[in-house]
Amino acid sequence: MRIVDHLPILQVVVPLVLAPLCALVRSRRLAWGLAAAGSVSSLVVSLRLLSAVMASGPISYAIGDWAPPFGIEYRIDVVNAWVLVVVSTIAAAVAFYARVSVQAEVGDRRIPLFYAAYLLCLSGLLGIAATGDVFNVFVFLEISSLSAYALISLGRDRRALTSAFRYLIMGSVGATFIVIGIGLLYATTGTLNMEDLSEILPQVWDARTVKVAYGFLAVGLCLKLALFPLHLWLPNAYAFAPSAVTAFMAATATKVAVYMLLRFFLTIFGAAFSFGVMGLDRLLLLLALTAIFSMSLVAIFQANVKRLLAYSSVAQIGYMILGLSFASVTGLTATLLHLFNHALMKGALFMALGCVVYRIGSVHIDAMAGLGRRMPLTMAAFVAGGLSLVGVPLTVGFVSKWYLILGALERGWWPVAVLVLITSVMALVYVWRVVEVAYFKPPPDDEPIAEAPASLLVPTWALVALNVYLGIDAGRTIGVAEQAARTLMGTAP
Amino acid sequence: MMSELLSQVVGSYNYWIVVFLMMTGFYILISRGNLIKKLVGLNVFQTSVFMLYISLGKITGGTAPILVDDPEALYSNPLPHVLILTAIVVGIATTSVGLALAVRIKEAYGTVEEDEINEIEAGIDDRRAPGRAALRGP
Amino acid sequence: MRLGLSLLVPALAAVLIVVFRARPNLREGVSLAAAAVLFGVVLQLHGAVSDGARPELVLAEPFPGIPLVLEAEPLGVLFALVASFLWIVTTLYSIGYMRGHHEKNQTRFYVFFAYAIASVMGVAFAGNLFTLFVFYEILSLTTFPLVTHAGTEAAKRAGRVYLGILFSTSIVFQLLAIVWTYFAAGTLDFQAGGILDGRVAAGAVPVLLGLFVFGIGKAAVMPFHRWLPAAMVAPTPVSALLHAVAVVKAGVFAVLKVTVYVFGIDFLAGTGASVWLMWVAATTILLGSLVAFTKDNLKARLAYSTVSQLSYVVLGAMLATSWGVVGSGMHIAMHAFGKITLFFCAGAIMVAAHKTEVSQLNGLGRSMPVTFLAFLVGTASIVGLPPTGGSWSKWFLGMGALDAGQAGLVVVLMLSSLLSLAYLMEIPMKGFFGKRSGPPESPGIREAPLPSVAALVVTAAACLLLFVYPDPFYRLMTMVTGQ
Repeated sequence: MRIVDHLPILQVVVPLVLAPLCALVRSRRLAWGLAAAGSVSSLVVSLRLLSAVMASGPISYAIGDWAPPFGIEYRIDVVNAWVLVVVSTIAAAVAFYARVSVQAEVGDRRIPLFYAAYLLCLSGLLGIAATGDVFNVFVFLEISSLSAYALISLGRDRRALTSAFRYLIMGSVGATFIVIGIGLLYATTGTLNMEDLSEILPQVWDARTVKVAYGFLAVGLCLKLALFPLHLWLPNAYAFAPSAVTAFMAATATKVAVYMLLRFFLTIFGAAFSFGVMGLDRLLLLLALTAIFSMSLVAIFQANVKRLLAYSSVAQIGYMILGLSFASVTGLTATLLHLFNHALMKGALFMALGCVVYRIGSVHIDAMAGLGRRMPLTMAAFVAGGLSLVGVPLTVGFVSKWYLILGALERGWWPVAVLVLITSVMALVYVWRVVEVAYFKPPPDDEPIAEAPASLLVPTWALVALNVYLGIDAGRTIGVAEQAARTLMGTAP
Repeated sequence: MMSELLSQVVGSYNYWIVVFLMMTGFYILISRGNLIKKLVGLNVFQTSVFMLYISLGKITGGTAPILVDDPEALYSNPLPHVLILTAIVVGIATTSVGLALAVRIKEAYGTVEEDEINEIEAGIDDRRAPGRAALRGP
Repeated sequence: MRLGLSLLVPALAAVLIVVFRARPNLREGVSLAAAAVLFGVVLQLHGAVSDGARPELVLAEPFPGIPLVLEAEPLGVLFALVASFLWIVTTLYSIGYMRGHHEKNQTRFYVFFAYAIASVMGVAFAGNLFTLFVFYEILSLTTFPLVTHAGTEAAKRAGRVYLGILFSTSIVFQLLAIVWTYFAAGTLDFQAGGILDGRVAAGAVPVLLGLFVFGIGKAAVMPFHRWLPAAMVAPTPVSALLHAVAVVKAGVFAVLKVTVYVFGIDFLAGTGASVWLMWVAATTILLGSLVAFTKDNLKARLAYSTVSQLSYVVLGAMLATSWGVVGSGMHIAMHAFGKITLFFCAGAIMVAAHKTEVSQLNGLGRSMPVTFLAFLVGTASIVGLPPTGGSWSKWFLGMGALDAGQAGLVVVLMLSSLLSLAYLMEIPMKGFFGKRSGPPESPGIREAPLPSVAALVVTAAACLLLFVYPDPFYRLMTMVTGQ
């Protein structure tokens, strides 16, 4: 067997193996090196996987050669190959960013442990995406969540501890709901393999257990992806975590949760069951619209810019769920595009904020006065990321918004399209509040503040560049997202 | 009719235990302000799921799933039991992370009562930049 | 190739301006040279388009089937000709103004100015609706630093209004209209005769057209006109080129282009979808004039005059007749020359005499005769009096209104001309014949710096020239309508 055939497992195992090594080595540099190597190798593997899947269809990998459905199967199709690319792209950018940022924000002693947790979290997220076994999903979910709690708690502010604790409680409840759902599914069908499940479930649609399982999974997953009104853990967790962690989590964790939702409800239960029998689309439509509107509004009134962006994230998750609620290929394309695009823009924005933290130690909006002149490159990155968030053409934000509106018009839902556009303007308002303060307010003191170091700026600008490049040349990402959407809807050619 | 319903209710007594435990745990989780008690609630909550899985695998009259010579032997399903071993490990890990956080919170706030913590947090002024000196963690 | 140059020249100029930031003469030399080169490029394009060629250049393909594409066609060439010619003149003017007024951050000013021109060229040569939208938004962004140039609290507030109105209208209305168009027609290309005929239900056409007209906030149709007076906090050359020519004309140009190439005038005339918008435009024309009356600040008065005049162009488009479109296109050019002259004069008065209010101008004409004469010529052109170019566009607009069977609109046009005559003539009248009140003015008031005066003489002369020789613009517009 060639090494290429083992890519699906390598994707998960490499960071998993490197993580304990990080914890064992006492050198900060070495630990960082391992983390960076792990992230970059993940990116390489995921890109190869995506191209392989695009070229020749889904890949099935039997762990330990135990044939599915009895053994654990890793099954890579366009959908999760796409998610793997999203996660590992961000992971690679954050890994390079982390070296300086983490050194400034996390105590020396804890740095190797930080990178161990980082790699664990990464491998957990990749595992969720790669596996084709529902119980395995739960295991990886807990690996990523537990390490995420630890990562968040490493923030400088003591509120990081309480936010991590709250996240732990909410996250564990969510995960437990998911296990209950999985258990009930197993009780009905006797299998844990996703493909097997998707074949057996249509025969037992009417069973009450299946519907109960569906309900438990829905609540658990929505907690994990912070869908309004189950989002309460998110804003503080993002606001007080170390900058690198915020960038990483905001760009990946909720995205993977969205993926889980898509996988469970569209692949395993099937679009016909979710939309036809359970009426999921109507419920999600309502929640998504409320999330988008109310959270954008809340974001406008935040004084802590990190928390402002966190609320914006909850609103943006609403966009992804909105696309799903259209129950159409166009809508799902929008969801999958926004999955990646939002990761790019929030990654860039939180990284830019990390630069600010590095220099002035605060992200309160008043503390950012006059930064446009003092840290021109950082703030320019912030503006560019912000414009992408608003959805200005030639940025990725525009691409996903375009498909979202197109999807709404396809369904004839005019008010939805208008609401999406109005909330874009609201995004402009909260981004512009920061821009105005940074460029028009005189700085609070005369203390000289230098531009952030290159090691922070380069990864930040790399993401900004991706925001623009993939906004101008979106053909490829659209192609992948569309194919993935077709796979999920079961209309793939 | 009545007795049928009764036997159904009694027959699935394991699920009633699960539901009872689950609700108890959830109630503790929501209603208690003490972080340690919250963790206890979370544990009870999770334990109810362990019970659910374990009872799923049990087949009436079934024996432990070790191969015996009798071809008529009825085995319990081992898979849920194996699965729940993993979940138990996860539960322990969650509890320990939670306890570790509680210890750190106690160090940082001097309390593990949620309302007192909220009071302290409400008094923190975000505007005051900690400055560069405070950037290095403990 | 030349299409690419039209964007590249100003963009490169911006880079060179930054390179030479320490040497003002060289920096401004670069601006001037770039403007001249650009005008040359556009002239060449004009030649090609007059010969029937339609050069095209695909820049990128962001969406499958929706490329970012430039294409030269008569209407775009007309707009590009006007904008690039006036860029030369404005650069000349800015050199005198910015130095005479001791503005700060002049390099930033010239850089964003060049970027703004590049975006205007993008708007002018946009080959489909998507490209038009892209450059429209870029234009808003690149002019934002110019509007807020002063960096004061007032500038910040004005910038907020400016970007707020332009972005929210374009995102909420225009983008929705574009996606709708794509959804209905399956394409966003500009085509003679439009792409929507038979693809949108008759009842929905007025709504879609309304989304476009209000969504193109730069056209300043009431009630989305507030950004234009707000933008007057900018330095005068910005007000002159951007808010009499480039930005606002980009708006009405987009309206005209959408009317002609997306809807098609026959389709509009057939459905009567634009009638309600004619009256919206007519209301803007009259209200704009009336508000202009109440403004004592010279630039504010000019701004409301612009609001009013822009709706002439919108009105011409909404008439959906050949003459209306011709008049509309001609008015883009004629009003540009007239209004830029007025702004130049206002700036010259500000630099030389430090006066900003109309009521302060008594007797100033005797100290600055050239400036006030030029103002008089500009006024005549705006009002539409011979012998200035402005009379042509008014003439064609009137014909268009009659063609459309809207005699009432002719009355509106005449009424508004009278109003503008009244509120604009007050200024040269005061200048030449007003009595100086109070203590005698300091004797030191003379004309503004030479480059500025030269610039306003050029544009005033152009207003006169266009009366006897409006042919280039007229010919381009007849190519658009296919007469």
